[in-house]
Amino acid sequence: MSLHTETIASLRRKLTAKEISPTDIVQDLLKRIESVDPKVQGYLRVNAEAALQQAKVADLNRPLGGIPIAIKDNINEKGEDCTCASQILKGYIAPYDATVTAQLKAAGAILLGRTNMDEFAMGSSTEHSSFQKTSNPWKLDHIPGGSSGGSAAVVAANEAIASLGSDTGGSIRQPAALCGCVGLKPTYGRVSRYGLVAFASSLDQIGPFTKTVEDSALLLQAIAGHDVMENTSRTVEVPDYSASLKQPVKGLRIGIPKEYFGEGIDPEVAAAIKKSIDWFSAEGAEIKEISLPHTHAAIAVYYIIATAEASANLARFDGVRYGHRTSTIGDPLTIYCKSRAEGFGPEVKRRIILGTYVLSSGYYDAYYNRAQKVRQLLRRDFTNAFQGCDVILTPTAPTPAFKVGEKMNDPLQMYLADIFTIAVNLAEVCGISIPCGFSSGKLPIGLQLIGSHFQEGTLFRAAHAYEQAHDWYKQRPLL
Amino acid sequence: MAGLARLELNADETEKFQKQLGNILEFVEALQKIDISSVPDAAIDCSLTTNVLRVDEIRPSLTAEDVVRNAPKSSNNLIIMPKIVE
Amino acid sequence: MQYEAVIGLEVHVQVKTNTKMFCGCKNEYGGEVNTHVCPVCLGLPGALPTANEHAIVKTLAAGLMLGCDITPHSKFDRKHYFYPDMPKNYQITQYDCPFCVGGGVVLEKFAFPKDVQKDEQALAQKKIRLIRIHLEEDVAKSFHFEEQSGIDFNRAGTPLMEIVSEADISTPEEAFAYLTTLRQIMVYGGISDADMEKGQMRCDVNISVRPVGQIEFGTKTELKNLNSISGVRRALQFEIPRQIEVVSKGGTIRQETRRWDDARGQTTVMRVKENAHDYRYFPEPDLLPVRTDRGLKTEAEKMIPELPRQKKERFMRDFGLSDYQAEVLAQERALADYYDDAVKSSTQGVLIANYIINDFLATEPDLGNLPIPPSHFRELADLVGGNKINSKQAKEVLLEMFESHKQPTQIVSEKGLEQVTDTAQLEAFCDEAIAANEKSVADYKSGKTGAINALKGFVMKKTKGQANPAVIDEILRQKLQ
Repeated sequence: MSLHTETIASLRRKLTAKEISPTDIVQDLLKRIESVDPKVQGYLRVNAEAALQQAKVADLNRPLGGIPIAIKDNINEKGEDCTCASQILKGYIAPYDATVTAQLKAAGAILLGRTNMDEFAMGSSTEHSSFQKTSNPWKLDHIPGGSSGGSAAVVAANEAIASLGSDTGGSIRQPAALCGCVGLKPTYGRVSRYGLVAFASSLDQIGPFTKTVEDSALLLQAIAGHDVMENTSRTVEVPDYSASLKQPVKGLRIGIPKEYFGEGIDPEVAAAIKKSIDWFSAEGAEIKEISLPHTHAAIAVYYIIATAEASANLARFDGVRYGHRTSTIGDPLTIYCKSRAEGFGPEVKRRIILGTYVLSSGYYDAYYNRAQKVRQLLRRDFTNAFQGCDVILTPTAPTPAFKVGEKMNDPLQMYLADIFTIAVNLAEVCGISIPCGFSSGKLPIGLQLIGSHFQEGTLFRAAHAYEQAHDWYKQRPLL
Repeated sequence: MAGLARLELNADETEKFQKQLGNILEFVEALQKIDISSVPDAAIDCSLTTNVLRVDEIRPSLTAEDVVRNAPKSSNNLIIMPKIVE
Repeated sequence: MQYEAVIGLEVHVQVKTNTKMFCGCKNEYGGEVNTHVCPVCLGLPGALPTANEHAIVKTLAAGLMLGCDITPHSKFDRKHYFYPDMPKNYQITQYDCPFCVGGGVVLEKFAFPKDVQKDEQALAQKKIRLIRIHLEEDVAKSFHFEEQSGIDFNRAGTPLMEIVSEADISTPEEAFAYLTTLRQIMVYGGISDADMEKGQMRCDVNISVRPVGQIEFGTKTELKNLNSISGVRRALQFEIPRQIEVVSKGGTIRQETRRWDDARGQTTVMRVKENAHDYRYFPEPDLLPVRTDRGLKTEAEKMIPELPRQKKERFMRDFGLSDYQAEVLAQERALADYYDDAVKSSTQGVLIANYIINDFLATEPDLGNLPIPPSHFRELADLVGGNKINSKQAKEVLLEMFESHKQPTQIVSEKGLEQVTDTAQLEAFCDEAIAANEKSVADYKSGKTGAINALKGFVMKKTKGQANPAVIDEILRQKLQ
């Protein structure tokens, strides 16, 4: 039995038909993890015993009954470690479930383990985890992307049927593209953030990693909705996402933003994207060139807002009530400074310092306040664009995954790498990355579709049609 | 900045971060050039959703054991710190 | 050279609600340590706030009672500083869009300390202007031991109103009156119990002195550790002369925070005020803005009771009470409501007031749990007003009421106190008295009007003291004409 290669949908069919049991699935996954994760290093912790227990009592009448899911280590799960891949939270055990965790449990899912990430979700390669480095399952000496690198890698490597990650500036979509799986960032406010360790409060969203678009719809269905514990989660009705999968592509209006195409994109990526645009066109979609004129401002706006909010959100890590406390003896001030210096990695420290600076007195108006105003202009760009189109199509990343330790040297590439994903968070709209090809080095290439607020259904519609007409999604790395 | 952020930095880090603060300044300059005259000046954007407020009904709390469980030092269900001088 | 004091008060009032400001933990004083704590008020990773609607409504009500303008579009902000009693190391508060703006507190005579109520300042009806009222969350509580401190997060997250006054206060007694009035309004409106000993109302004082006539303010000091309203008065009674002494000798006041030591009766330096703390305020991204003009203000308006001042005026106008009586009854809401219940539509308002003030209050009843149904006082007053019993008997009934809580009519019949009103019976007794007291009758008819008292006494004895003396008097006079 190689159940580990299956999807949520196919397993649910088999479970309902009583061909297999949840225990079968868990056992097969555990075997796969044992065989492969020493190389991939996607998991921080596998809850083998607990998962087998849950498998025994799984309720198959629930939408995700019997399906094992992995969770990024910044989403609280009661009784489990929640480290955010940081030394400052080493040994911290969550006394409560995040809302999405509770929702997964209520849907009958089995919580399989906790995945690796960039520390506090700050980074795009998972190299900033303070515990271990995760490898791209397609090429082990390459990065999986980040910050949800672990969640992407375990799905790509068939070590989990699906997983949850978080996306603040691309942290679901980019690793999905680099690892060759489906990654969705829902509209801001679609999924509750209660229990997600906050990075940037006005940008964070939790979203699914899956092998297919159909699975993405199933998983989103389980976690979408208003939460009374979370003020920014919206009361917008949750539609039947699976229904949108059946809708045809014909008549769909697809916008191609000129600011996202041009110098700096790897030629193989550009070619794959062009081919996919041609496919949509041939299927009867209307392709139109659009403009998102304030795109160039996105980086400044993102860094100012994200670091400011992050510096505030990370102030609570002080060694008083939980987490690492320095062994140095001293007054509270000393305890704070040393605990934080010892517990945080360099990337986190950098962002805290920058964020503190952004908010410091005298600078608020020129920095944070102004950035929020320019953000409005970015929002308007998308609102205006969506008057004339239903989805926007872009590459997810300008290049395939690069080698561990290498950094992008081309400033233009670095610029594009940010631009492609962060505007979506700033505008609070939704975005999905799906596989659309491979580089000559057999590394995945990702296609991003962006939808208007709460229009995930339209994304599923377009993405599912494309996916099923190609066989990218059937390919898995040889491990 | 490090003081405000309650982060003790070594000499290396201090130098590195000073440089990066310079980068932020570039961003900020870029932002100054953008015309925001069309964005309303109000401190609050009330075109957004407002007034999602919580009903004043008691919800279960954590137990005292849960509260102190993750604390580096606790005693008699209090979280312990070195003496705080006011 | 004459100096004057310029005083402003910053008062924090804990709002009385079921739950805390940003989470559903119980809002209660004195629980077992760390038993009213959740991920939100403990500042655990991933926890997020949700604003307590009732706390907001009560804050708006407080603002309305104090004559403030209610801000239509409001929000919460983060205020950053690191301290062990701060779970998130930022406090959710309001920076530039407070719920209430302006307003003021009028200082009435009875709000002043008893020993100065006849002074000019107590009669001036001075209005202390408010700057603003905003809503925020309270911090945790620290217990200090020898080598370490222990933190209890029960109090963390309690809804806290901050009321900031203009520097309109000039004397320690005005400060006393201001706080007393503020407290009364909070209790009256059900906003807060405002008990300073329980930390439900806390006060920081900013005080400076300047030569009379000068417009610029002098350097101010901040006073802390003021644990009672009279403590505030005492602290100012010390600090004002202290500052005047320094300044009049040519010295300068340092901007510092001073701690009031009530036992020693002095203020001492706590810390010198460094440059203003950088709180790095920015709007709270986890909470949506709040529009008070979409129903919240209306709800607050419904909550507002008749205020002490209005009650007092009504008592004097509708029931004919004196200034003093109305003041006493209007002071505490529980007592005022009780009095209203007692009087209802009776015409004996003054009498009832007398019974409650002179007799009932002397027994020191628990105002939160008054043992005697208010209607009993009305019943008693009606008995007296209808001449069923006389005022001397009423006192007897009162004593019995307080002890046994029985109804007055029941007591009267049990004790057989019913005044004899049967005119025929009284006439008969009067005839008897006349017949039995020939000498007194003769004296009376010859001009010694005092002689009638012997006859009255005879009748009273016959009625066992249960006749209305005035009625007997009238019957006798008629018969003796």
